[in-house]
Amino acid sequence: MDINPFAKHAEALKLRGYRNEVLATNIANADTPGYKARDFDFGAALAGARMDGIPLARTDAQHLTPTGGQSLSTRDALAYRVPYQPSLDGNTVESDIEQAAYAENVVGYQASLNFLNQKIRGIRGAIKGEI
Amino acid sequence: MALNRVFDIAGSAMAAQSTRLNTTASNLANADSVSGDPNKVYRARQPVFEAVPTFANSLQGEQSAMAVRVRGVIESQAPLGQRFAPEHPDADENGNVWTSNVSTVEEMVNMLSASRSYQSSIDVMNTTKDLLVQTLSMGR
Repeated sequence: MDINPFAKHAEALKLRGYRNEVLATNIANADTPGYKARDFDFGAALAGARMDGIPLARTDAQHLTPTGGQSLSTRDALAYRVPYQPSLDGNTVESDIEQAAYAENVVGYQASLNFLNQKIRGIRGAIKGEI
Repeated sequence: MALNRVFDIAGSAMAAQSTRLNTTASNLANADSVSGDPNKVYRARQPVFEAVPTFANSLQGEQSAMAVRVRGVIESQAPLGQRFAPEHPDADENGNVWTSNVSTVEEMVNMLSASRSYQSSIDVMNTTKDLLVQTLSMGR
């Protein structure tokens, strides 16, 4: 059993929540002139965030620096979407694409929630000695 | 938490779109108004949207969450209509009345677009609310 069975799904949930906000911003600004739609690569961000759990405190200069993975640096990785049909006012939001991405993200969020719930139920069952 | 800010974002979008619906209603209502003075006749109004960082967002210095704000309402500069109607009580000394420059077709398109955008924002808000409720009941 993992040391922390929740870590992976907790990171995924955090990233899904963040992506939810980014996509909601795109949908909200569908009619704002000059607004550029943004998104990030969920798989790459999760792979980057998954490496580290809780970072170790470095209280001495001789302590090793943990390598690999940085927690939630996705705000740097926000990229602009390339529109299929650019509009005259400079807005690059395409509502159908954003809504599809939003729906996909919501399903991913609920999947992570389900996994977490199942794990919690399993651990609780093990503690209580239920089958 | 990121999910909470979605309410600010979607709420601001709904406020902005309802302003747009209001101006559309005002334009359509005044589409047939006339005046003898070209400076007093009704001109079509359009709100101008802009993206602004949400308050919670600006504290943390990141630019991911952008709310919508109505920067202002501008009056259309399209040419006014002119009609020769000497019997009209508002006609000027040449017998002309000026009609508003509201384009009914444009306003109908605006109305449809605004109501669709409003609906998408409501959907985003409802879905996010469901996600938050599910998250709150995690592990029950």
